[in-house]
Amino acid sequence: METPSDQQLTDDGLVATGRGRILVLACGALAREILALIEANGWSHVDLHCLPAILHNYPAKITGAVQEAVARRRTAYEKVFVAYADCGTGGDLAQACADMGVEMIQGPHCYAFFDGLARFAARDEIFAFYLTDFLTRQFDTFVWRGLGIDRHPELLPMYFGHYRKLVYLAQTDDPDLTAKAQAAADRLGLAFERRYTGYGDLATALEAAI
Amino acid sequence: MSEEEDEIILSELNDDELVEQMFDDLYDGLKDEIEEGVNILLERGWQPYDILTKALVGGMTIVGNDFRDGILFVPEVLLAANAMKGGMGILKPLLIETDAPRMGKMVIGTVKGDIHDIGKNLVAMMMEGAGFEVVDLGINNAVEAYMEAIETEGPDILGMSALLTTTMPYMKVVIDTLKEQGIRDDYIVLVGGAPLNEEFGRAIGADAYCRDAAVAVETAKLMVARKHNQGVAS
Repeated sequence: METPSDQQLTDDGLVATGRGRILVLACGALAREILALIEANGWSHVDLHCLPAILHNYPAKITGAVQEAVARRRTAYEKVFVAYADCGTGGDLAQACADMGVEMIQGPHCYAFFDGLARFAARDEIFAFYLTDFLTRQFDTFVWRGLGIDRHPELLPMYFGHYRKLVYLAQTDDPDLTAKAQAAADRLGLAFERRYTGYGDLATALEAAI
Repeated sequence: MSEEEDEIILSELNDDELVEQMFDDLYDGLKDEIEEGVNILLERGWQPYDILTKALVGGMTIVGNDFRDGILFVPEVLLAANAMKGGMGILKPLLIETDAPRMGKMVIGTVKGDIHDIGKNLVAMMMEGAGFEVVDLGINNAVEAYMEAIETEGPDILGMSALLTTTMPYMKVVIDTLKEQGIRDDYIVLVGGAPLNEEFGRAIGADAYCRDAAVAVETAKLMVARKHNQGVAS
C-alpha cells in the first residue's frame, strides 16, 4: 500500500484496499508507522483505513467518526482493531469500542503509547508539549496555522504560556525532522528535548491484536 | 470608494449603532476598538454595569453561540475574549466604585496536573461579566489549594476545569474531600472541560457539568438563586 502525502493524511486519511482479514482503523497521523509495521512484519492479512488526522484538533468528533467507519467497514473483515487511544474523548471512544465489541489501544493518546504507557505516566510531565514525527512534519497545519498563531501572534501566550518545553517523540532517526522540531520549539518559545521512542507501544499493541 | 470613506468613526454613531458596532468589533476581536467604544459610552454617561452587560456580554454571547454552533473556532473566540478583556480592564475599577450588583462569588481553577486554562479563563471572564466576583486560582491546583481558597474566600460556587482525560478524575478527589469534611452541600460545584460530559459530572458528584462559558453563567445564576431561596425558606 502506498503512503499518501502528509496533507492527504491530514485532510482525507487513507482508504482501505479491501484486502485482508483484519482491518486496522487508525488516525491518519499513524499511517506511516502502521504501514511500516505491516511491511516489516509481513502482515499481509492486515488492511489499514485511516480517518483524517486533523480530527486530532477536534477530539469531540473522533468517537462518531470511528463508530461510523467501523459500522461501514466491519462486515468485510473478520476483525477490526481501532488504533486510537482515548485522544481527548474523555472515555467516550473506549465506551463506543466496548459497545461495538472492538479493541483499541490503551492509554490517553499517541504520545503516551509511543513513549510507552508506563514510562509516560511515570514522567508526569505536565508542562511538556509533545510532537511526533507526523506532527513535526505537519506543525504548521496543526499548530501554527491550526491555532491561528500565524495570523494572530498575540494568541501564542494564551495557548503556550504555561508550557516549558517541547518534547519531540521521535519514531525515526531523521536529522531534518529533529531540526524542524527544534525550530518549532524556538517558535513557541519553549526549551527543546528529543526523545527517541521508535514505535513504542504502538508496535506491541498491534502485535497483540493481529 | 476610498478606504477613508469606509472607515467607521465610533464617536459619530448613536448609542444603539455604537453597541451594534461593538458587537461586530468583539466578534472580530478588535481590542482597541472595544476599548474606544467603552470609553465613548462612559463619556456619554452610561453606567459601567450597563456597558458591561449590554455591549460586552451581549457581544460575547453571540460569539459563544457561534462557537457552540461550529461557526467560530477557538482562535476567534480567544481574540474576542482578548478584546472583551480590554473593555473589562477599563470597567472593573468603575464597577467596584459604582456598587454594581453582585450575583455571588466563585472560586475557580484547573485541577492538579492540568495547565490548560483557556476554558477556565473564558468562564472566569464571563462570570465576572455576569456580576459574579471571581477568585481565580490559576492552573494545576491540588485539593489543598481549593480547600484553602474556599475557607478564606467563602464562595457560593467552586468551579473546576480540566482538558485532559488523565486529569479530570481529580475533580472527584476534591469533591470527596468536601464530603469528608462535611461541607459539600455548602457550595455549588460546577465542572467543565472538553473531555467531560453530564454523565461524568453526575458520577463524581458535581452539581452540574457546564459545556461552555455561557452555560456556566446561566447554571451559576440559577443555582445561586435557588440556594438563596432555600436559605430564606429554611
